[in-house]
Amino acid sequence: AETVADTRRLITKPQNLNDAYGPPSNFLEIDVSNPQTVGVGRGRFTTYEIRVKTNLPIFKLKESTVRRRYSDFEWLRSELERESKVVVPPLPGKAFLRQLPFRGDDGIFDDNFIEERKQGLEQFINKVAGHPLAQNERCLHMFLQDEIIDKSYTPSKIRHA
Amino acid sequence: MSFFGFGQSVEVEILLNDAESRKRAEHKTEDGKKEKYFLFYDGETVSGKVSLSLKNPNKRLEHQGIKIEFIGQIELYYDRGNHHEFVSLVKDLARPGEITQSQAFDFEFTHVEKPYESYTGQNVKLRYFLRATISRRLNDVVKEMDIVVHTLSTYPELNSSIKMEVGIEDCLHIEFEYNKSKYHLKDVIVGKIYFLLVRIKIKHMEIDIIKRETTGTGPNVYHENDTIAKYEIMDGAPVRGESIPIRLFLAGYELTPTMRDINKKFSVRYYLNLVLIDEEERRYFKQQEVVLWRKGDIVRKSMSHQAAIASQRFEGTTSLGEVRTPGQLSDNNSRQ
Repeated sequence: AETVADTRRLITKPQNLNDAYGPPSNFLEIDVSNPQTVGVGRGRFTTYEIRVKTNLPIFKLKESTVRRRYSDFEWLRSELERESKVVVPPLPGKAFLRQLPFRGDDGIFDDNFIEERKQGLEQFINKVAGHPLAQNERCLHMFLQDEIIDKSYTPSKIRHA
Repeated sequence: MSFFGFGQSVEVEILLNDAESRKRAEHKTEDGKKEKYFLFYDGETVSGKVSLSLKNPNKRLEHQGIKIEFIGQIELYYDRGNHHEFVSLVKDLARPGEITQSQAFDFEFTHVEKPYESYTGQNVKLRYFLRATISRRLNDVVKEMDIVVHTLSTYPELNSSIKMEVGIEDCLHIEFEYNKSKYHLKDVIVGKIYFLLVRIKIKHMEIDIIKRETTGTGPNVYHENDTIAKYEIMDGAPVRGESIPIRLFLAGYELTPTMRDINKKFSVRYYLNLVLIDEEERRYFKQQEVVLWRKGDIVRKSMSHQAAIASQRFEGTTSLGEVRTPGQLSDNNSRQ
């Protein structure tokens, strides 16, 4: 009987029904979709739609949509690298080979390449935005939810209200 | 000893008086093999005889004296050749002279103090042994016999539970509780994890037992961490208000009692490491020291039977992957 006492569970508060069956408080979904290539010649580039749906209270908007290009992702990555203590995952490659002239295909504007890059970017942004410490960085919030990125912003931490 | 078949050669053997009745204990040697040695406790008398058998009964053996020593020493592996003896007892068995026939000498070390537990670690070894020496002009004849010492403790007077609320601000708050802070080697850790706030996508949770061996002093301190056990206590995503029970049987693992500042040379400490892993394989952990102690074998029959069942039930746990990028969970009271 003593052994039973020694191995008995510790007393716990009962879980209420809302906690058990209510919606979880941790969903964060980020889709990268709908690539569009704009401009001509050397000013030609592709933008992607970034759609965020979340219920994490740290984000100002529960739903938001912005358009971003590859160099914006690079900016975000370098900001996080500098500002946070987080190990930032790599971006999909820059594809230097595809940027050489006289190619048979569309180079970095090839549909297959854009699709591949889109998936890589989606993976990247989901990994980054899911990190509890990265979520404190202003640059991430600007990137995800501000219409235009202010690259001359003052880096700071986001606090809960 | 024998030179081209000439001269005398002798075989030395150390025999304990209570060899028949004395318990033996398994102990890991330096190369990781387990062997059985005679088991002693603090204050027990070590007695026996040293028997010499001459290979060549027609010749005599000259010697400069025969002695037996009882030695307890600490060897630090990075400082080989430098042994620290904390017990060293000598008995002379024979004056310089000669032996003409095979002979045995009785010896007794009464109530020998054996303050520490035998230990073989990553960087240090604490051993006890008997050494019989026949001193000779050129080469001594030496025979050693290792013994194992276990230190026993009584039930600790103060054994409060460990209870703490930890987490990352506004992301993850958990409360954990372990029923005691001091466990004996065959004990059961009973605990629970209570989720107060979950905003991280936790995938699973495990509890590790970590052994930390610290050797040396001052600037030359070496830490060696060893994960003795990994035990998954939750699989799947937890929700707020959920409570995960822990029941971890220690009997199945290779553990030693906690050792603190043994002869100012080394320490061996144990930690419970609670690790939560999220969907991106990020790890959030909290380490908590627990004290392990060895309980005397004098237990009621029903209890030891139960312990045997418990240890059997325990076999067959799975081990998880290696620790990669750890994220330390902070105590609530030490938050910035």
